[in-house]
Amino acid sequence: MPLLPRRAARALSLAVLALVAGTAQGYALDDWSTVTDEAAGQTVYFAAWGGDADVNGYLDWVSAQMQQRYDVGVVHVKLGDTAEAVSRVLAEKAAGNADHGAIDLVWLNGENFAAMKENGLLYGPFATRLPHYALTAPESHPEVSHDFTLPTEGYESPWGKAQLTFYYDSARVDTPPRDMNALLDWAQAHPGRFTYPLPPDFLGSSFLKQALLGLVDDREPLYHPVGEADFDAVTAPLWDYLDRLHPYLWREGRTFPASGSALRQLMGDGELSLALTFTPSAPAAAVADHQLPPTTRSYLLDGGTLGNVHFVAIPFNASHKAGALVLANFLLAPEAQARKQALDGWGDATVLAMERLDASQRAAFETPDDNPTRLPAGALGKTLAEPHPSWMARLESAWQARYGAR
Amino acid sequence: MIDPHALWTRPAPWLAMAVLGLPVAAGLGAVIAPAFGWLPALGGTSPTLAHWQALWETPGLVDMVRLSAVTGLASAGLSLAIVMLFLGAFLHTRLFGVVRRLLSPLLAVPHAAAAIGLAFLFTPSGLAARLVSPWPSGWEYPPDYLFPGDPDGLALIIGLTIKEVPFLLLMSLAALPQCRAGERLDVARGLGYRPMAAFLKAVLPGLYPLLRLPVYAVIAFATSAVDVALILGPTTPPPLSVAVLRWLNDPDLTMRFMASAGALLQLGVTLAALLVWWTLEGLTARACRGWLSDGRRAFGDTALRWTGLGLLGAALVLIIGSLIGLMLWSLAGYWPFPEALPWPWIADNWLGALDGLAAPLEHAAEVGLAATLVSLGLVLGALEAESRRTRPVRRWSEWLLYLPLLVPPVAFLFGLVLIQTQLGLAPGIAAVIGAHVVFVLPYVFLSLAESHRRLDPRWTQLARSLGASPSRVFWRVRLPLLTAPLLTAAAVGFAVSIGQYLPTLLLGAGRVATITTEAVSLASGGDRRLTAVYALLQLLLPAAGFALALGLPRLLFRHRIGLVSPS
Repeated sequence: MPLLPRRAARALSLAVLALVAGTAQGYALDDWSTVTDEAAGQTVYFAAWGGDADVNGYLDWVSAQMQQRYDVGVVHVKLGDTAEAVSRVLAEKAAGNADHGAIDLVWLNGENFAAMKENGLLYGPFATRLPHYALTAPESHPEVSHDFTLPTEGYESPWGKAQLTFYYDSARVDTPPRDMNALLDWAQAHPGRFTYPLPPDFLGSSFLKQALLGLVDDREPLYHPVGEADFDAVTAPLWDYLDRLHPYLWREGRTFPASGSALRQLMGDGELSLALTFTPSAPAAAVADHQLPPTTRSYLLDGGTLGNVHFVAIPFNASHKAGALVLANFLLAPEAQARKQALDGWGDATVLAMERLDASQRAAFETPDDNPTRLPAGALGKTLAEPHPSWMARLESAWQARYGAR
Repeated sequence: MIDPHALWTRPAPWLAMAVLGLPVAAGLGAVIAPAFGWLPALGGTSPTLAHWQALWETPGLVDMVRLSAVTGLASAGLSLAIVMLFLGAFLHTRLFGVVRRLLSPLLAVPHAAAAIGLAFLFTPSGLAARLVSPWPSGWEYPPDYLFPGDPDGLALIIGLTIKEVPFLLLMSLAALPQCRAGERLDVARGLGYRPMAAFLKAVLPGLYPLLRLPVYAVIAFATSAVDVALILGPTTPPPLSVAVLRWLNDPDLTMRFMASAGALLQLGVTLAALLVWWTLEGLTARACRGWLSDGRRAFGDTALRWTGLGLLGAALVLIIGSLIGLMLWSLAGYWPFPEALPWPWIADNWLGALDGLAAPLEHAAEVGLAATLVSLGLVLGALEAESRRTRPVRRWSEWLLYLPLLVPPVAFLFGLVLIQTQLGLAPGIAAVIGAHVVFVLPYVFLSLAESHRRLDPRWTQLARSLGASPSRVFWRVRLPLLTAPLLTAAAVGFAVSIGQYLPTLLLGAGRVATITTEAVSLASGGDRRLTAVYALLQLLLPAAGFALALGLPRLLFRHRIGLVSPS
């Protein structure tokens, strides 16, 4: 009697064959049609933060389009935190899983990207070879190929743009503060009505960087690794500023909200009159979702605010790389980017360069500008580049040491 | 001929040990190795104590440890006291039945949802403040006081307590018949003891040993809880569990080394808290020895009665109040301070969520049922084997059961994903069920173990002497006697499974979307309306489970009332 029933043996050998076939790369990045051929029939697992109904709705649309156009299924793996995806990939690497990873595409930027790339957790370079990548005009828009000053080297593909944006309730605030010193005066006049999220929350740390950029005389050292600068001397104005600001923050700075969304909730509850976000369209979307008062208004600081781009990347061991490539490319399609930017889609600003699009494609990006909550057209532009990522970690630990345990 | 009963019970203890042992070993290994510098995937290849040094130098570490230990012990002590006083005062009254019926939906409230609801009750812009604003408080805008999130963790203690009281009460309900509470009480009352004195002196000494394991689980949970602490706990510094989670989730992957050391410290804090409790247990028993037999029939009966009622009432009011807050939010549009009610009411939040809800609910139910059945089979088999050999499961193996509850899940799960990959288990529903068993089995065990062990062996002896085979004894005698605790254990296990987020996400790798993965990822977006809708939906399945567990025995045994309730 054979060890295995014949049918089981055949199934097993088929499975082994499939394993072997799966490991061989059946496409060439230079010949895009081989990528789409290989992708057809695959299902791509896209790990992306799932905390926003609008983002989730947009990804549902993307999934339907991908199925229809490329015969590629897209499953949105909804995360509470990008670290959950990083954890999965890291565990797979630690266990020696080099080509059957469970995650095919991941939404990330900044520190997460730096850490994944540094530890060899990413596939690439691929981004510059995507057919739609040229539409971002990378040669004249360096931000699409730099993530927090680090060159992406093609290991992640740009998806959308964010800029630190302040918002306030115009029923309670006449003239919001337009620079860091004005913010201090405003807070002293309105104690308990402003705060920022607890670093190392992304938005909280961004506020620290924004304040630092606004307070120092010479910004040059911030764009080089922190090790090359005198950290204490450069950051002294920031700590001095925060020492004076904190007593006038919400709860006198004795506790801080956990995240940007907690901050928005406090605005909705009327506890705060002034807050900030990294998604310029978020306040308008939140008003539409009944989360913020209809009297909410958005603005930028006079000297400009921090801006950055967010990306998608492919883990080094993704099982469906071809499908992930087709998806990353579709996310850059003018139609997909226009729908993403529309306020009733998601409201996330496009990374495409308008000068690379034809007139009809451009028209899709023009939205009626009658929403008072939104930033006026053209306001986004005074963008301050993100400091070198090494500053973020130092600022966070210095903040923790000063204010994190009292 | 081999007895079929033995076929199942003989391997069951070993199977249970293997089912838990392998993941626990992998999970622990994945914490211990990086804590001492070993994680080649991140370039850690030489043992070092540097990460402990870094942990030690973390600002506020002592406060973090203190917060975790104090809030955990205080909430466990408080909830146990509430439950015991209430039982003592009202065991044989109609009120007891009412509370019992209220219990099942309350137990099913997910921890995070209860915490969100509680936070909304007390926060300066919350329901309580709205009810007194603008009149008589004079608050046009929310005031600025620090609660919840107070530095001493009072809000956290309250939040943990209101979730632990229903759990301990349910555990007591299952245990009361086992310790013959009714008979003890009757005898004591017959000797002239007032109700409270009768309960505390005659019933409690028999009841507490049955509750010991659940109480230990409560302490383990409360000292390491993350979701409740995130919502209600202080932030500067946070409790240790929250800090560990933050380090583990830090984008800087080298933080994982220190995070692992922190996770081990967390384990140590929990063990220390258990040790403190165990010592207090012994001291209390010694201190009370004389008092138990001093013959005094009454002491502060009325005062204790009212205290019990007041505390339990407060806990119930708080948890129901949090639920009402959630329901209001699920129907709210823009709801500014100081409006006490949302207006206009809208159904958008519900309609948006109901779309595409069938699959997540179905997945959750499938995984929950499968994990519960597997756990129940293993636990019951192990306990049956133990009763046949009339010797307890070895101590060390009982500790093994608790490890999944003691190690912070984030750290633990890294190890689970590691062995999943190494064993080549495809991410999917089977892997998720396996992971859920790791967390469900301990709760099923602690819900069932004492009741099973206290089952009078004479029933078995009697049935055997009448010629029944072991299988027949099990099916016709032991199983019916154990129905109530079995169903309770199943309901607890099912609720635990429904509540699992990280195991579902990590081992399913997104292939298995349950109601909880949907709820938690949406909750991270901070829209209280959607969070409320999903929390209420999340409550459905376990509530049905608890309702069945409490209702089914009454239906099955309507002619054998002694099997149903202590009275």
